[in-house]
Amino acid sequence: MRSVRKRGPTAWEPEARTPTPRVKAADVSQVLHTPPQARAEAREDLAALAARHGLSVSGARPSLPEYVRQLWARRHFITAFATAKLTSQYSQAKLGQVWQVMTPLLNAAVYYFIFGVLLQTKKNVPDYIPFLVTGVFIWTFTQSSIMAGTKAISGNIGLVRALHFPRAALPLSFCLQQLQQLLFSMAALVMILLVVGVPPALSWLLAVPVLVLQFTFNAGVSMILARLGAKTPDIAQLMPFVLRTWMYISGVMWSIDVLLSEHSDLPTWVADVLRANPTAVYIDLMRFALIDSFRADNLPPHVWATAVGWALLAGVGGFIYFWKAEETYGRG
Amino acid sequence: MADNATLTDIDHVNDVKDVTAKTGVTGERIPTVIADRVDIVYRVNGTSAGRGSATAALNRIVRRKKTEKASGVRTVHAVRNVSFVAYKGEAIGLIGTNGSGKSTLLKAVAGLLPVENGKIYTDGQPSLLGVNAALMSDLTGERNVHLGGLAMGMTREQIKERYQEIVDFSGINEKGDFISLPMRTYSSGMGSRLRFSIAAAKDHDVLLIDEALATGDAKFRQRSADRIRAMREHAGTVFLVSHSNSSIRETCERVLWLERGELRMDGPTEEVLKEYEAFTEPKKKPRPAKA
Repeated sequence: MRSVRKRGPTAWEPEARTPTPRVKAADVSQVLHTPPQARAEAREDLAALAARHGLSVSGARPSLPEYVRQLWARRHFITAFATAKLTSQYSQAKLGQVWQVMTPLLNAAVYYFIFGVLLQTKKNVPDYIPFLVTGVFIWTFTQSSIMAGTKAISGNIGLVRALHFPRAALPLSFCLQQLQQLLFSMAALVMILLVVGVPPALSWLLAVPVLVLQFTFNAGVSMILARLGAKTPDIAQLMPFVLRTWMYISGVMWSIDVLLSEHSDLPTWVADVLRANPTAVYIDLMRFALIDSFRADNLPPHVWATAVGWALLAGVGGFIYFWKAEETYGRG
Repeated sequence: MADNATLTDIDHVNDVKDVTAKTGVTGERIPTVIADRVDIVYRVNGTSAGRGSATAALNRIVRRKKTEKASGVRTVHAVRNVSFVAYKGEAIGLIGTNGSGKSTLLKAVAGLLPVENGKIYTDGQPSLLGVNAALMSDLTGERNVHLGGLAMGMTREQIKERYQEIVDFSGINEKGDFISLPMRTYSSGMGSRLRFSIAAAKDHDVLLIDEALATGDAKFRQRSADRIRAMREHAGTVFLVSHSNSSIRETCERVLWLERGELRMDGPTEEVLKEYEAFTEPKKKPRPAKA
């Protein structure tokens, strides 16, 4: 029930009205300010008034070029937010930033113990340790980018509701944070490579274009899942299972090449799917760049074209898909 | 519900009041914010009776076509059919009891919360005074100043230029070098002072302030009130949400009174506050309004 009550007469209250306890103050001001029949014109008047003075609709979605421009204007925010997230991550731990390198190394150690030692996946794969560690690090980059992207909007609803910025800044920033994290891991990887005796080579420079392509792919997929996750937060519960399945078919700890040569009876479409898998492509390219015993004939055919294709498809498609719902982010 | 009768009655009151009353008299005034029959609805997931249980969730999925309540999605109608026109140079107070939709309306004006029905037209980009959500408690005050500034859309140069001003204004360093400590080590007063200082560092066309005056000690409150007055001179229009009638009186010449999401009154500060104070006065028994 409504508990609105008048508290007694006021000087400016019109005599003609007999105020009941439920009469609202607004009724009174209506009598003061306006004739009641002005209703119809007034409705159009507000929109017309806005148009006459060149006012724009608040919170409307900007055009795609304008959106890109806004996003570019916020590039410093995107990088600062990513770095801030990264450094605040371990700031309460005693070892602090050492964990940036320790966490991926421990991860790789666990996978080495299970797949290398217990399951003997390492036979037929030369330089198994760098092979495995590269796989784990590159895979983790995609996995954590996508996980972070899924929660980019739904987990930062306070930020979305408090400040005005192109929302794509959030998934992009989280992917950038993962890229920075990966660079720490790569430093650890270089140490491992040198320790196990892989010679430094000019081909290591190929790691840069591979990372650029993989980052574009990750950002695109993150934006798609950011939009899905904003609407249906349940996606975040489902993603770990999807990602784990994806990991096991991506040849992170086993060689797709060795599998296909050992099982030549497999239907060709299986081989095609395994080789076209974007994460498998990025992982193999990085192995090709870093490990000397991983040669070009271990790579699937048209590998660079596939890598560029996936990056463009996911990057451009994901960005447009995310932008299409720009004005709806932040709804409860 | 018994409300329906009064609801329709109220609708057109909100619509016409401003337009005819204000533009009719002074056609020269330039509107900066126009709210046209705005409705804002929140949807909250998982609020039906058996929210946690799996069977309840399955039930929800199976019986898709049920009412929203049965499907576990509750809607909260936070703002109902509110219309107003704000003009350049105005400082407008938003008052109302807790949960009346003031902050929600402010966020919609800022374009941060989508409206369900109606439209909000604005001149440029209104900005909400507040950067709390962008700051990270594990980072130092210094880095938070940079992060907050960037989040509000300031350039790096602008932040560098105003950095000292922000730190001095917050008074964080008055008791030692606190700006280089993580924000989680700050007292709540210190934290809110720094947050206000960061937020107040930017120039705004249309400025929306949510309860910002109530932070810090008396000395800082005075300083922030001065700062807001200065910002008002630069900004075209200021909206202020506050529970402090005195700060509304000090800052605003016009007041919108929201109650249960509806615009109850819109007028000069004194008129509206008088009604509002009568409404919120807890002691006095309501008397029948007979002369």
